[in-house]
Amino acid sequence: MTLPRITSPHAKGANRTQRVMLLVIAATVPGILTLSYFFGIGPLLNIVLACAFALLFEAAILALRKRPVGFFLKDGSVLVTGLLLALALPPYSPWWLIAVATGFAVVFGKQLFGGLGQNPFNPAMLGYVVVLVSFPVDMTAWPAAHSVDAIAGLQHVFFGQAFPDAWSQATVLDALKINSSLTIEELWNSSSAFGVFAGYSSEWVNLAFLLGGLFLLHKKLFSWHAPLGMLAALFIMSLLFWNGNGSDSQGSPLFHLLSGATMLGAFFIVTDPVSSATSVQGRLIFGIGVGVLIYIIRAWGGYPDGVAFAVLLMNLCAPTIDYFTRPRTYGHKAAKRGFKAGE
Amino acid sequence: MSTSFREITINGLWKNNPGLVQLLGLCPLLGTSNSTVNALGLGIATALVLICSNAAVSLIRNTVTNAVRLPVFVMIIAALTTCIELLMQAFTYELFQILGIFIPLITTNCIILGRAEAFAAKNSMLSASYDGLMMGIGFGLVLVAIGATRELLGTGMLFTNMHLLFGSIAEHWQIVVFENYKGFLLAILPPGAFLVLGLLIALKNWIDQLYAERIANTVTVSAPVVSRRVRVTGVVE
Repeated sequence: MTLPRITSPHAKGANRTQRVMLLVIAATVPGILTLSYFFGIGPLLNIVLACAFALLFEAAILALRKRPVGFFLKDGSVLVTGLLLALALPPYSPWWLIAVATGFAVVFGKQLFGGLGQNPFNPAMLGYVVVLVSFPVDMTAWPAAHSVDAIAGLQHVFFGQAFPDAWSQATVLDALKINSSLTIEELWNSSSAFGVFAGYSSEWVNLAFLLGGLFLLHKKLFSWHAPLGMLAALFIMSLLFWNGNGSDSQGSPLFHLLSGATMLGAFFIVTDPVSSATSVQGRLIFGIGVGVLIYIIRAWGGYPDGVAFAVLLMNLCAPTIDYFTRPRTYGHKAAKRGFKAGE
Repeated sequence: MSTSFREITINGLWKNNPGLVQLLGLCPLLGTSNSTVNALGLGIATALVLICSNAAVSLIRNTVTNAVRLPVFVMIIAALTTCIELLMQAFTYELFQILGIFIPLITTNCIILGRAEAFAAKNSMLSASYDGLMMGIGFGLVLVAIGATRELLGTGMLFTNMHLLFGSIAEHWQIVVFENYKGFLLAILPPGAFLVLGLLIALKNWIDQLYAERIANTVTVSAPVVSRRVRVTGVVE
């Protein structure tokens, strides 16, 4: 009798890469719908272009690296990178901006380090930061909600025709940062960009991403540690440094939780299994670090939003965090931290 | 121990290039390569110091004892750097101001001390100064390649402000390569230097690899089979 030679693992887990990526894509649907409600076809154009460029760059670099192209394209990870990047970029971004961002994300952020699972930085955030640093004018041109019509949008994306001035508007984080004379109440009344707690559009978009994130949490794609750590840290920081509603206000805690890329970052970026810390305790520390850094950059830094910078900075710290938060193996004593002399 | 001039040339320009292989002098290489004129200016200054220091070190190599050789080398290099600094102040004052701290820092450039120690202290004056020239050109070429690439990517133009180095005849050397270019700021910023240098090193290694493969292909016909060990660790396909 011959025994079949099958190597472990014998029980395949349900959460394979492809399924994980599909779930993540599904979880962004509420966010995408909300964004399109406010910004028309802009976010959808972003997504289509970013995913197409991401697939193209991934296929090209895989072919150059002599790796199986079809196998790696099928796992969907590059689609998620493209999707997250598209959601982070301003709606109606010009096509070349998206190409540069996805190119850096996929080629420099992911494949040059060795492909899926090897990248020390979150590829989407890396691509975002590259274009944010390089093209500040285009990256801060968020259209006002319900302003851009589809044809003008298409012309802007593909032929670079400028929008009328009235269509673009400072984001609420930007408006709060450059505000020097208005009290919060006056500021809120001064522009249609403001809503109840934060931006008119950003609060709903953030709530939609929160919904998608909770769905992923329910599906157990990640533990609660990193997102909760980040949101709690941001909340506590903004509560501690909340200096009322005067003209020097840094914004209320709810404002910070519901504006910019807070929820997208908390549930879709910080939870990246590759570039964040891996141990349970480590993930909590990672999330807290991101939250604290986001507030520091928003309140005292040079940029209105700091999610991408905060995530990249904490990505740098992730190996060290993992090193100092090694979990205890069952049946063993707690792991010794650091190396013993003579080892 | 004498090395032929041909070998020195190949070593300096390609096989042992200070910028791409030895990875020495990275601080000025990354710091001043944001435009062609800066890169060329610092490349020439470094090359001049390198030639003179190699020649000087080679001349005194038999009289300076081993124990004090490093301080002596550094003093020679520092004196030469001061000369270059004064010369640049006299003739290319604006460029001198742009390059700023990187001119005095030529003193601490590892290539110069490295060549003094590794080559000039063991070879005759003629081959030592030739080595300095070749290493200087090799370093300068890498510097200018990075500078031109970053300038082109960052601003869409080439040879801007060349008159800082060559005087008024170079006023109109500026070439606008891309019209209506938005400017890719990352290339001008420090990360751009790391990226371009990394890509250049990769390109050099790739060319070397292609060359080695071509050599191997022409030789394998007669080469005996050396090992037939079975590979057991598997191949990722």
